[in-house]
Amino acid sequence: MKDLDQEPKFGLNTATIYSNPVLQKQVLAKLYGGLHLTGLKPSDDPDPEVRGADQGATSYLRLLWKMEELTSDEAAVAWTDGSIQALNTSQWSSSNDFVQAMYDRIYFQIASTNEYIREMSDDKLSSRGITGGDLTNARYYRAEARFLRALSYYHALDMYGNVPFVTENDLPGKDLVPQQKSRAALFSYVETELKDIEGLMTPAHAAEYGRADQAAVWTLLAKLYLNAKVYTGIEHNADVITYCDKILKAGYTLAPEYRLLFLADNDVKAKNEIILPVVCDGTRSQSYGATTFLVHAASGGSLQPVAMGITNAWSGIRAKKNLPLSFGLSTAADAANPADKRAIFFTTRQNLEMNSLIVFRDGWAVTKFKNLQSDGKPSPTADPTGTFADTDFPLFRLGDVYLMYAEAKMRMGQTTDPTALNYVNMLRRRGYGFDMNQPNAVSDVSTLTEAFMLAERGREMYWEAQRRTDLIRFGVYTSSTYLWPWKGNVQAGTGLEPYRTLFPLPVSDLSANPSLKQNDGY
Amino acid sequence: QTGSVSGRVVDEKSQGMPGVTVLIEGTSLGNSTNSDGTFSILNVPAGPHTLVTSFVGYTSQRIPVTVVSGQNATVAGITLGENTTLLSEAVVVGYGTQRRQDVTSSITTVSSREFVQGQITTPEQLINGKVAGVQITSNSGQPGSGSTIRIRGGSSLNASNDPLVIIDGVPVDNNELKGAPSALSLVNPNDIETFTVLKDASATAIYGSRASNGVILITTKKGLQGEKTRVNFNTQFSVSKNYKQTEVLSGDQIRAIVNEKGTDDQKALANLFPGTNTNWQDQIYRTANTSDNNLSVTGSAGKLPYRASVGYLTQQGLLKTNDLKRNSVSLGLTPVLLDGNLKVDLNVKGSWVDNNYADQGVVGTATFFDPTKPVFAPGAGYAAYGGYYQPLDLTSTTGGLVGLAPTNPVARLEQRRDRSTIKRSIGNVQLDYKMPFLTDLRANLNLGYDISRSNGTTFVPAIAASEINRKGVNDHYSQSRDNKLLEFYLNYSKQLPNDLGRLDLLAGHSYQDFRRNTPFQQAYQADGQLVSTKSGFDAYSRNVLISFYGRLNYNYKDRYLVTASLRNDASSRFAKSVRNGLFPAVSAAWRVKGEDFLANNTLISDLKFRVSYGVTGQQDIVGNDYPSLANYNPGESTVGYQFGGIYYPTLRISPYDTNIKWEETKTYNAGLDYGILDNRLVGTVDVYLRKTNDLIALITARAGTNFSNQFFTNAGNLENRGLELGLTGQVVRSTDINWTLNANATLNRNKITNLGQESANAGPGNRFEGIDGGTGNNIKVNTAGYPVGSYYVYQQVYENGKPVLDKYVDRNNDGQINEQDLYRYHSAAPKATYGLSSNLSVHKATLAFTLRSYQKNYVYDNVRSNNSYYTNVLQAQPFLGNATPELLNSQFAAPGEKTRLSDYWVHDASFIRMDNITLGYDFGSLIQESTNLHLTFAVQNVFTVTKYKGLDPEIFNGLDKNLYPRPRTFTVGLNFGL
Repeated sequence: MKDLDQEPKFGLNTATIYSNPVLQKQVLAKLYGGLHLTGLKPSDDPDPEVRGADQGATSYLRLLWKMEELTSDEAAVAWTDGSIQALNTSQWSSSNDFVQAMYDRIYFQIASTNEYIREMSDDKLSSRGITGGDLTNARYYRAEARFLRALSYYHALDMYGNVPFVTENDLPGKDLVPQQKSRAALFSYVETELKDIEGLMTPAHAAEYGRADQAAVWTLLAKLYLNAKVYTGIEHNADVITYCDKILKAGYTLAPEYRLLFLADNDVKAKNEIILPVVCDGTRSQSYGATTFLVHAASGGSLQPVAMGITNAWSGIRAKKNLPLSFGLSTAADAANPADKRAIFFTTRQNLEMNSLIVFRDGWAVTKFKNLQSDGKPSPTADPTGTFADTDFPLFRLGDVYLMYAEAKMRMGQTTDPTALNYVNMLRRRGYGFDMNQPNAVSDVSTLTEAFMLAERGREMYWEAQRRTDLIRFGVYTSSTYLWPWKGNVQAGTGLEPYRTLFPLPVSDLSANPSLKQNDGY
Repeated sequence: QTGSVSGRVVDEKSQGMPGVTVLIEGTSLGNSTNSDGTFSILNVPAGPHTLVTSFVGYTSQRIPVTVVSGQNATVAGITLGENTTLLSEAVVVGYGTQRRQDVTSSITTVSSREFVQGQITTPEQLINGKVAGVQITSNSGQPGSGSTIRIRGGSSLNASNDPLVIIDGVPVDNNELKGAPSALSLVNPNDIETFTVLKDASATAIYGSRASNGVILITTKKGLQGEKTRVNFNTQFSVSKNYKQTEVLSGDQIRAIVNEKGTDDQKALANLFPGTNTNWQDQIYRTANTSDNNLSVTGSAGKLPYRASVGYLTQQGLLKTNDLKRNSVSLGLTPVLLDGNLKVDLNVKGSWVDNNYADQGVVGTATFFDPTKPVFAPGAGYAAYGGYYQPLDLTSTTGGLVGLAPTNPVARLEQRRDRSTIKRSIGNVQLDYKMPFLTDLRANLNLGYDISRSNGTTFVPAIAASEINRKGVNDHYSQSRDNKLLEFYLNYSKQLPNDLGRLDLLAGHSYQDFRRNTPFQQAYQADGQLVSTKSGFDAYSRNVLISFYGRLNYNYKDRYLVTASLRNDASSRFAKSVRNGLFPAVSAAWRVKGEDFLANNTLISDLKFRVSYGVTGQQDIVGNDYPSLANYNPGESTVGYQFGGIYYPTLRISPYDTNIKWEETKTYNAGLDYGILDNRLVGTVDVYLRKTNDLIALITARAGTNFSNQFFTNAGNLENRGLELGLTGQVVRSTDINWTLNANATLNRNKITNLGQESANAGPGNRFEGIDGGTGNNIKVNTAGYPVGSYYVYQQVYENGKPVLDKYVDRNNDGQINEQDLYRYHSAAPKATYGLSSNLSVHKATLAFTLRSYQKNYVYDNVRSNNSYYTNVLQAQPFLGNATPELLNSQFAAPGEKTRLSDYWVHDASFIRMDNITLGYDFGSLIQESTNLHLTFAVQNVFTVTKYKGLDPEIFNGLDKNLYPRPRTFTVGLNFGL
């Protein structure tokens, strides 16, 4: 009868894992890796974490990118996978498989971090004999897991608003029925949680590359406060300044060139600007999400994959015309040598106009992210098959903090605040290839306006998975005055119903958890 | 007060028949005949009795005999005739045998004489179309590819729907075997004597938690005590041809399209090799030869009956470079020792299979590869890839391969060597001991194993375009499986005193242990260098099943029959508190023919009513032996994560359900067996209702409550209801001419009755079954109230009878077309299946055929849904492709975002298929008296009548995407007996 008690030979049970500091860190690696990895291997995982969809398409970052970019004025995808076109045309419903996959991925992350936080409590660590340096490390790990959970709840509140809520105090299982939290209540929870862990994290700019420290917590708080009016109806601009100031004092510096942030050696060449990366590696940290997606899907048409440091073009994502137009570019000749070098487009036989959403040649290709080093060569340790990218994704970076600072000042009415203007102009000078610290009449601006800030965020942060949030904060996401191709499923663009600022809760969870109430409008 | 009975049993040629069971009816007294057919039964109570003889494949005889105390009654010359009606033979049941007339459950037996003829290389094809309620769909035309078997529609949702297959008492592992096309393909069909299909719960519940989807008992041929040595040599030679191709455009048609609609680059591409019209399907297929040789020796060495056989099959696939070689040996020893008290049944079967796989992806690639290009092309650009034409990028300076373009399908066949060797052995020894001190009691011990080892290598040279990015392939893989079985049961048979009937009791125990291991393998380049350093873990899995079971049979006057059984299974797959499952069953039969009022009725020769009820289970969650445990699994080294320049392996917790347990199927069955006019016409009617509760279902986890969005748990119910008819008629029965027709029909309705998640805002359910074209496009859905796997599609809008691209019916009238307009439209499961077999013999010639038909099986035509657009020809990347002529009809430029999910591609694929026609001639004793020579000519897959436009309407899951075609096969066979 003892034979009936079988356990996997290569699996590990909870008690074994959490009594061992080495294994604790490997679980933590999966929690961070959860931001782009999709399973126990990059494809064909027999037991994938997010089921019902193509494994590669369930990558957290790939989904976040689609939700933020395809629904905005910056990008469209040519594929016809599932209901992905509904993101291009703002026609998604509660049955949309991408709306569901993003939600499922967020909650996989929340459930996994909850489990970690639960099993890493001081009581349990002590009962498992974790002491001394191991205990110190374990407490950092736990605080970081709380940070990652807060990050996912931030994404949930930003995209879905009113969502089910579970913490380490809710034991997982079939009988657990999570209760819904309102967007405002979730805002308070994330705010409180981040402030709570602020003192428990590694000091700012001191963590190992790839791990979150105090600066990551501050950046997330700044983002939360910057959008507070959308989430709660109340502005928190002074708080934005408070937390940006903390980051600005932490010793981060801008990368010398804009392009360095998006290349295979950005972990070296742009390390000092990146506050929190999503780390990718062509051989050791592979997924079909993150930059592997951004590089492959952006290749196609006459753009040779080899020019992107890969072997296959997926012919998927390219720019809606608002993006090049915001740089003042409308012809291939313009794009060949733009004044603002942040405009990184490939235009050979690509049309600016997007007559068809599903033709890759309609819309300029964007080559901002590449799987090549700054010297134009592949990384020495690049994936020999040319599939998986080495480029890290800068989830939080100093450039974004500069812009948040400036925007908060602008919103507080200080439209000519010299510090704010200096931050904006430093980014612009870098973009133009000027000395960042020398004022330059060509690149510099002297007043911060709402229209300028929105456009400038586009120019600096395009394709970095922030645009939808920005457009909503600036009040133009659903408006009928600011349009982009295929907004509202009309080529010229049309206004959207106001409820589209939130995604619906997926119908899968509504059926599983009847205590949930759908967002208005859906 | 007792006497004895003795006599001799002979066959139609008056030769003594060994091994025939002779019983005094209504008692447990009996014996088997000796080598010369003689028998003797001692201690028979004085008085009138009926002697019953039974032997598989022969008609039972009932002979009245009167025993006088102290004397021997001799019964001379009992002649057994070969049985073609099957009504009274001995049938194999779980843990024993029963006379057909005593059976109270739904059981169908097919023995070797009724097997499908021709080139049969996998066992299940022997009975295809022969049994009502059994759907057998060959998976493809690949040699040895096996079949999907469904009995009464499948009672599970996400657990396995495969029946339990037991060969000579050993349950065999039917899970995927790496390197083998199918697990059953390793058994030589020539060694098989009978197939017995247990269908209702009364028959299957003795197998408890694995019996929900039916049980198939396979017995192999055996030697008989005292039998003369017989040598049988059987050889077959077959030629297989691909009789149908997917229609595509010709090179000239492609050039015309490109010249009209293409860009300058595309025009240049189309005219690179002027005048070329390559039919790529012709290039990848061939006429395939197969030879199958089997030699068996059956006899008895002294008191040791034996059968030994060797088989050698060498089968070519239609795809060039694809073949299979199977060497098989089988040995059976069946001695009876200790004065007939100990019966030993020893079976060892072994097979050694060598496969040469072809890249099956070429079936699709060749169909739609650019026909304006030749197989080989001159020039250095092509020489770099071995001289094969490959799509090179003429628009780039490097002139390398076009990234996502398919590579030359002929090169993919010829530049790939993909071999595997599988060794498998199944064997057991079964000891059946009749207690000398209590002859009513038998003890039976069965020790068995099923072991396999597979090893494979794949080699592709570095210059091959298909693997150029990883510099060729030089990979190895292996897998091992070790399954063990221990069974022990006691059987007590007693004729109750005072004519109170006969009681048969069985109680047993079973222990089974299943272990599988697939070692982790590195990926290597052709030169043997690692593609990249990675590490991972072996896929090792083990499960154990411990069971106790019992059965009671009660027979009152051969008219009223009752069977009850109970099994307790404990499975290592479940947590302690829920791992035990009880599976009861009960059935009763009234053999009306035994009643006085029918005794002398000459019209009705047999009539029996049966009813049964039982509970069976299913526990096989494919690929997951630990669904109840919270476990962390290590990721491969390719999915680590970096902290501070160091890559750490990742550990991930898997979803689980602590309380997951068996699903339970309750089966209600009512049946009628009848025979008319001396059994000239015999038939069976069964109606059933099968309700599965606590389905092992993959359902949505409420967000945040588990470690995946979906997990396996017990949720929901499903039911199958159906009607089965079987009818065998001897149309002509005379000395020279015999004609038997066998017809069967099955109607089955399958429905999910709930999925445990019903609420006001219920969603459509989980969508699954990805299709070609894009990623993440699923074509099916499981929803309560609908059949399992209903197609979930948009309703196409037509104008002038033509589909309008991406225009669909706004089914929810909300002014927009989105996922909420999808609807459920038919499913792949046929609503009705029919089989018709005919067997005609005229003098020494025989003519047999098998005809099968499915009605209302719907197929999603993924070949056309993905390849009927101008963009298939005029690709976005710098290469050209091909498309189906559907293109010229629909004129669709490109698939829209929802085009592939249109109901336009879902078709009624009802068909009638002539599976097989066999012509045979028996030359009889050519050389000497006891020799026999038999010659056959067979055609398989003779014709198919269907309205379905695709290559083949018979696709198990209904998803038609580039099936490896099933060939038409012509076979000449010679059987020589000595």
